[in-house]
Amino acid sequence: MSEPPIPPNSRRLSKFKARKAPNQKQATSAMIASLDSEGRDTIAAPFGNTLAELAEHRADIVGLSADLSKYTDLHVFAQAHPDRFYQMGMAEQVLMSAAAGLAREGFTPFATTYAVFAARRAYDFICMAIAEEALPVKICCALPGLTTGYGPSHQATEDLAIMRAMPGLTVLDPCDAIDTQQATRAIADHPGPVYMRLLRGQVPNVLGDYDYAFEIGKAKLLQDGTDVLFISSGIMTMRTLDAAKALARDGVSCAVLHSPTIKPLDKATILKQAAKGGRLVVAAENHSVTGGLGEAVAACLMQGGVTATFRQIGLPDEFLDAGALPTLHAQYGITVDAIAASVKTWLKE
Amino acid sequence: MTQATNTRLSNTSLARRAWAIRRHALLMAQVQGQGYIGQALGAADLLATSYFHAMTYRADDPEWEGRDRFYLSIGHYAIALYAALIEAGILPEDEIETYGMDESRMPMSGMAAYTPGMEITGGSLGHGLGIAVGAAMGLKRKANPAFVYNLLSDGELGEGSTWEAVMSAAQHGLDNLIAIVDFNDQQADGKTTQALARGSQSAQWQAFGWFAQEIDGNDLDALVSAFDVARNHRAPCPRVIICNTTMCKGIPFLEEREITHFVRVEADEWTKALAIHDANKPE
Repeated sequence: MSEPPIPPNSRRLSKFKARKAPNQKQATSAMIASLDSEGRDTIAAPFGNTLAELAEHRADIVGLSADLSKYTDLHVFAQAHPDRFYQMGMAEQVLMSAAAGLAREGFTPFATTYAVFAARRAYDFICMAIAEEALPVKICCALPGLTTGYGPSHQATEDLAIMRAMPGLTVLDPCDAIDTQQATRAIADHPGPVYMRLLRGQVPNVLGDYDYAFEIGKAKLLQDGTDVLFISSGIMTMRTLDAAKALARDGVSCAVLHSPTIKPLDKATILKQAAKGGRLVVAAENHSVTGGLGEAVAACLMQGGVTATFRQIGLPDEFLDAGALPTLHAQYGITVDAIAASVKTWLKE
Repeated sequence: MTQATNTRLSNTSLARRAWAIRRHALLMAQVQGQGYIGQALGAADLLATSYFHAMTYRADDPEWEGRDRFYLSIGHYAIALYAALIEAGILPEDEIETYGMDESRMPMSGMAAYTPGMEITGGSLGHGLGIAVGAAMGLKRKANPAFVYNLLSDGELGEGSTWEAVMSAAQHGLDNLIAIVDFNDQQADGKTTQALARGSQSAQWQAFGWFAQEIDGNDLDALVSAFDVARNHRAPCPRVIICNTTMCKGIPFLEEREITHFVRVEADEWTKALAIHDANKPE
């Protein structure tokens, strides 16, 4: 009997969907400010500036980056406190191990890279060197979810799912500059390990207009409403707030519950809000619909015995396209207009 | 401070310590009927040199800030480190019979949360040297003169993360870091030199900016000299001692076995091994 032939490798591109003619109107960009509506206030480098301030009176704070200090705003801290910054080179495994070693010696290390590299490449090191020993390392990672058009190599669409599964790790997805500033202070005081999604550069100030204070493990009701309950995290809370305004013009009243702590999830507040009957519950996240906030909320409702009509806004369980962010956000249904349209459709079902 | 700090021993006394470490390990392996006894017997001399010649620590205060840190990357060598910690008085001898049992402080793979003196959780290979890099940075930041020792295995040199840590330690000038490589040329599937480790080990480490020594890791005189040289070397670079060791050292009928990574021994053979060992007690 002859062995089966090895298949030829000449039909690679046929596995993928057909490419369209290029649209030259939009260029690929990773600017966070471009995610928000035009004309909104922004705050420069909220993470880097807050960390530099904290370090003025916290000798235990040190910073490490794997060749991405400029792209995580840690360079602001490094310029203010050069002797407390460790450039670890393009080596995410030793970035996490060395942060663990510094934490063992009493320091509070802030380690930065992109979310894809922390979640995918350095997982074992975060898990065994940091989380298993409950060390106070703060892993702060830029380019969460779909905030770059560079394609799957840079798009961390599954980081929350990966990190949520790690025992002992606090997982945060802040909304804006205000949230990032407050969360940075909170995690510096938190005794355990933290994974925080990072917004960098000129970051919109959205929550400054609301009576809001970040607390680890707490979801906060930003506005109340009678028809829809949005439960959102990260930049999607900017979008759900704007979608709520758009829907209000069509007579749809929306509540927005912002849940920047993905783990431990604020189950009590989520159940209390979802139990107020008659509202469509919509979870919205800048993350795959698999394993993130949406599924965490769904499980919470089921286990808490709360029955509600539940829908998810999030990224598909696919490797996403490259391109300009506005194009991609429209394509994957996470723009303000797309959210409002989905909600109207669901309300008619 | 009233606690006693250990003192450095002569080479003759070290031979007695190494013999005792091997005996504790044999007794623990007998409890389980199997295990990583080959590694424990092979590493007993370098552990005796670490704990009774090179390192500073307080047996009654394993977390004393002034101690030299000993990081065991290779979790399955736990039996060897438990034996050394028992001999050092950090763990009580009467816990030998609990090795690997439910609720024991001495699980089969070393974990920081279980055992006094077990500084890190090993087992997932390629972690220890990176953690040691961070700890060495932290000690320098605190102006603490302690050393960080990391015992890693030859097989662990196959992990890419080990080499990230090797480069990082040199880049940051970590002269308070001493890596000890137990080169016994055995890993789970066979010979390490037939897997990834090739060529001159010391040349590889030197090329990365380390001060490297390569010695017979079962020769106490060579070990004492190498540890002294490593501690006192003046260049601002990390140090490595590559210890060529023999698995199951001291028990000839086990040394001759082909598969020594995880040794299974018949019940009567433990008695035989202990009898051989007891007959070789140093003066």
